[in-house]
Amino acid sequence: MDSNSTKLPPTPAQTVGPYFGLALTPEGSSRLVPEHHPDAIVISGTLNDGAGRPVKEGMIEIWQADADGRYPDQPLPADGFTGLGTCHAADDGSYEFITLKPGPVPAPGRGNQAPHINVAINGLGILKPLRTRIYFSDEPKANAEDLVLQSVDEKRRDLLIALLDGQKARFDIRLQGENETPFFMV
Amino acid sequence: MPADPSPDPAEYPRESDQTVPPYFHPNVKATRLRAPKSPLISLTHTLSESTGPVFGDKAVAEHEHDLTKQHQAEPVGQRIILYGRVRDSDGRGVPNALLEIWQANSAGRYVHKWDPYDAPLDPNFSGVGRCLTDDQGHYSFVTIKPGPYPFGNHHNAWRPAHIHFSVFGTAFVTRLITQMYFPDDPLLSQDPIFNAIPDESARSRAICEFDLDATVADWANAYKFDIVLRGPRATPMET
Repeated sequence: MDSNSTKLPPTPAQTVGPYFGLALTPEGSSRLVPEHHPDAIVISGTLNDGAGRPVKEGMIEIWQADADGRYPDQPLPADGFTGLGTCHAADDGSYEFITLKPGPVPAPGRGNQAPHINVAINGLGILKPLRTRIYFSDEPKANAEDLVLQSVDEKRRDLLIALLDGQKARFDIRLQGENETPFFMV
Repeated sequence: MPADPSPDPAEYPRESDQTVPPYFHPNVKATRLRAPKSPLISLTHTLSESTGPVFGDKAVAEHEHDLTKQHQAEPVGQRIILYGRVRDSDGRGVPNALLEIWQANSAGRYVHKWDPYDAPLDPNFSGVGRCLTDDQGHYSFVTIKPGPYPFGNHHNAWRPAHIHFSVFGTAFVTRLITQMYFPDDPLLSQDPIFNAIPDESARSRAICEFDLDATVADWANAYKFDIVLRGPRATPMET
């Protein structure tokens, strides 16, 4: 067993509240690449609660690898690809990122994970981050071999796969109830 | 634990149920339709969890750590130095961590169109600051102490004075969003958000300390708020 008793205990999380837009989602924070980048894709969807109502006080945050499957590990100039995006949901619960489709990244041990984007959701009434992943519908073979995706109940797996059509991907997030998005304990 | 020869990323310990609030809390009205009902799915950490955004010196401008110097005149309120150190659970300072804070003004009002409280705005206070930790994990802000404000959770509910913190450490999985409270605040006992943290000692770690030694005579009071991010479970092997 590890020696957690000698570890410093972590600072507890608290909800981001409704006013995070003052600090965390400045203009442009949901654009990871310029709109006219030849490989740009638009990922959009809605964030809804257990009654199907839009969560306008919600923040969607993404962390992803670049098209070659590399996570940025150096600070980059403002116009570089940082791998991080944040988006404040709109009044109708919609969100949108302009980014690159990530390449496959290494899996623990051996092989690769299917291309995916890591997502954290915070907001009013969300007391600690909800974590999920966005996979892509044009990767059936890689998705079938992805250990994380395969750990999700088969009936719910499609809820983690964005429908990619050309340069547009659709990924809806449902916090509770029917078609509830699978969330991970990390 | 036997040595692991694989190049796998460090595994971070899971958060303790005693340290962090649950998703659903009966006393926090807003969680009722926003807490998932299905059990969370355990995920073995990969590079996707153990990496995180990297911030360089240019990520933050010089003046952003001083919330009292962002307008023509100084804001109304009790000027405070708010400082501390960001460490991992092994006690190591976390350098170049990005800290972002936002807060109400001294009357308890945010500069946000959704804030329904009728306390006055302060034309000299935006309530937003950013800074990077130094190479030992130290940070420092200058701001004013925020006021408490009412909120709609239940009849006569009040938020205790608090400052929101967002911290990007070394890994996406340890990225922290929290709120910092002030010592000896009588409103803490009735606040459902603060009290959603189950364990009393964990709650105490969300409260800053008054620090007389760090005050500056005739200028500012001082509070210290140390932040601990989840660790790696095992020290990565150095070869």
